[in-house]
Amino acid sequence: MPEVQLRKRVIVVEEIFHEGGPVAAVPLRRAAALAVIHNPFGGKYVPEIAGFMEDLNPLGLEMAKAIVAALGGDPKIVEGYGKGAIVGQAGELEHGALWHVPGGYAMRELLGNAKAIVASTKKVGGPGTRLDVPITHINASYVRSHFDSMEVGIADAPKANEILLALVMTTGPRVHARVGGLKASEIKGQDGLR
Amino acid sequence: MKTKIRKIVTFVEDTRTEMGQPVNPPTRRAAAAAVIENPFAGKYVEDLTELMEIGEELGALLTERAVAALGIPGASAESYGKAAAVGENGELEHAAAILHPKLGTPVRKTLGKGAALIPSSKKRGGPGVALDIPLGHKDAAFVRSHFDGMEIRINDAPRANEILVAIAVTDSGRPLPRVGGLTKDQIKGEDGLR
Repeated sequence: MPEVQLRKRVIVVEEIFHEGGPVAAVPLRRAAALAVIHNPFGGKYVPEIAGFMEDLNPLGLEMAKAIVAALGGDPKIVEGYGKGAIVGQAGELEHGALWHVPGGYAMRELLGNAKAIVASTKKVGGPGTRLDVPITHINASYVRSHFDSMEVGIADAPKANEILLALVMTTGPRVHARVGGLKASEIKGQDGLR
Repeated sequence: MKTKIRKIVTFVEDTRTEMGQPVNPPTRRAAAAAVIENPFAGKYVEDLTELMEIGEELGALLTERAVAALGIPGASAESYGKAAAVGENGELEHAAAILHPKLGTPVRKTLGKGAALIPSSKKRGGPGVALDIPLGHKDAAFVRSHFDGMEIRINDAPRANEILVAIAVTDSGRPLPRVGGLTKDQIKGEDGLR
């Protein structure tokens, strides 16, 4: 499989103090690592693409580490995660799907035994396309306070023959979470759901 | 602190290749943006002193955040810029009050010299509006390799009664500069221009 060619990397950290309600004792932080890579399959239909997933593992791990570093260096503060991809117009949606395994692997590797499926989304788009990356609790998908999302994008990416890869982590619930449901304190943590 | 901040977002971009050419070392830009309450939203106020003082506070806070995000000492910064987007209930003059009278001094204190004018832009807009922060060399405005810009946006800001204020700092110029002009090793650094 081809080598991963990285054009650019972007780190975004949001620190949210309030959203019109009481100021949080500990601000919620959301952080994203974005990588813009060359799409080795752009412009043509390539039947066999799955081998590229393994090639993306080191980049995924580097991105996950960059997020944790941007959040202060301790993986234990991470409570939510998500991932996504934007495929440039010379590629197909299936190329974005290549990110599912390495993106998930990278975050689990770093966060210990995170049990929940990593929420994800993907689309085809041009430079400046925005992606709403879904976020759920790392150990139990049904934790309602941690259902969240982070909008990401880069003005000059993805170009037609590129893929923009995204990983996102959060440090807690929505800043004014109050719509009930399963709480983080009630997680059984066996099946990744509750 | 006089400034009422809802959220702070930092962005770091590393460019590793451009048009297939390696960029070594990678060019790096950071922006720190604060979403603040506009104390004068919805009314005409003659005296904008309060916003000028807010600008002074943000000049220090956002420059420190941007430099920390790059992981460099302030004195190693090469170019800078500032910008603001005022929510729909504010006026352009509110952005001017934040950006122009008092914000620059703490920026320069954090970055060392800063003889050059800090390039700026401002606009009024709704949540998600793109802010193009102009960039110029901090000691000599005519350094052509450092004429640049950085686009940032925050999907949920500015709300109608808010102002988005951003400061961008780099440790480098454009990725592969080759259009001539004054270079950084030719800087005299006396008049802020050359």
